[in-house]
Amino acid sequence: MNYPDDLKYTREHEWIRDNGDGTATVGLTDFAQSELGDIVFVELEDTGTALDQEQVFGTVEAVKTVSELFAPASGEITEVNEQLEDEPELINDDPYGEGWMIKLKLSDPSELDNLMSADDYKDIIA
Amino acid sequence: MLKRTPFYSIHLQAGAKLIDFGGFEMPVQYESIKKEHNAVREHVGMFDVSHMGEFFVEGPEALDLIQYITINDASTLKPGKIQYSAMCYENGGIVDDLLVYMLEENRYMLVVNASNTEKDFKWIQEHNSFDATLKNRSDEYCLLAVQGPESIKTLQKLSDVNLSEIEPYTFKTGSFAGYDDIILSATGYSGEKGFELYFRAADVDLPIVWERIMEAGAEFGIEPCGLGARDTLRLEMGFALYGNDITKDTNPLEGRLGWLTKLNKESFIGKEALTKAKETGLKRKLVGFTVDDSRSIPRSGYAITNENNEEIGYVTSGSRSITLGTNIGMGYVAKEYAGEGTKIYIQIRNKQAEARVTNPPFVKKD
Repeated sequence: MNYPDDLKYTREHEWIRDNGDGTATVGLTDFAQSELGDIVFVELEDTGTALDQEQVFGTVEAVKTVSELFAPASGEITEVNEQLEDEPELINDDPYGEGWMIKLKLSDPSELDNLMSADDYKDIIA
Repeated sequence: MLKRTPFYSIHLQAGAKLIDFGGFEMPVQYESIKKEHNAVREHVGMFDVSHMGEFFVEGPEALDLIQYITINDASTLKPGKIQYSAMCYENGGIVDDLLVYMLEENRYMLVVNASNTEKDFKWIQEHNSFDATLKNRSDEYCLLAVQGPESIKTLQKLSDVNLSEIEPYTFKTGSFAGYDDIILSATGYSGEKGFELYFRAADVDLPIVWERIMEAGAEFGIEPCGLGARDTLRLEMGFALYGNDITKDTNPLEGRLGWLTKLNKESFIGKEALTKAKETGLKRKLVGFTVDDSRSIPRSGYAITNENNEEIGYVTSGSRSITLGTNIGMGYVAKEYAGEGTKIYIQIRNKQAEARVTNPPFVKKD
């Protein structure tokens, strides 16, 4: 399984990518999509919603199980991946690319420093 | 320490995700539950179900013991026939559901759920005041389930026995993949045509048998299938799963197993409680239901309410139906809500999803 080095990771199996312009992209890790299995749909909070770090921003429903999604950092949702509405399987197929979930305008970019590196994350799922 | 079946390394090589199920390290899925599920509905799939428990009951009073511990009437069995049955506690709660194979006169095999094997064995032993011996041979037997419309064509390549002549719920013993005396049983948990093959692990090179079946089924698109697909397939048929839909706290009459509860049978454990339950009337029933909203998947444990938001029951099984694309489930509801078409509401996190009671099977087979 794949854990890109340029991302930060949470214990709840989300990843976050600092886009360098005050925004960040959030999704579910390869490990999480594999554990969930075939994803049937995702429910995400709307654009404009303000999130605190670790606040629930959505739910992912797989055939066999359901899981909540937690914000890796505080901020306002600026974009939701609309493509997941019709193609939730993108999360299984391309978790760090086309399977991204939301974009956030970060309220405190330093929060990312508290998250795990790829190596730390690999240790906790090993 | 989890037990492993002889197919363990094959599962790993095939990329299976393994979980603890009934004390066994078993594949829950290989590549995709959807793919495995569809292979069984449309073509053929193979499941390692070696974790199931096998007990042998032998002796002049073997039938008497089975009659006493099970709720169905095993006296109607003949050699080569199989009966679906259940065992109950004195209070009518369910110990387990099981298959009873009549191997020959005075000789039976009971097939029980893996997670209940030890409990069941103890239970039967405690009640064996008959001239019958009970042996737990679960560790000696391995079981492959080959299911799907093309299962017969697949398996026929490997056997001299005419498999299409084996009626559902019967079995024959014969050659398979170069071995003799294999139990070829026309049973399964998928709702499709199919077989369950019982092998004595010590006598058979099981990984080779697995490969032979995969080769035989290759032209039909055979897939190895895990417990995930086994669960989505059985739910579409409305088959009860012990531990979810039927438990020690539910009785067979309310659990959609009234058809196998033979209250006129002479004497069996649970008879009095079940007779009384029937006379006083059931308070709740296990029903199937379909959720109207495609974005509301019922899950085990969710509350069921009526239109006034009063709790009337709970979900015992639920998932997206892969075959239908709708969301389906089973659960207990107060008796007055059990009629087909009755509107009920599933409490899914912060929303109420409207559902309709639907008599299973959800997926109709001819």
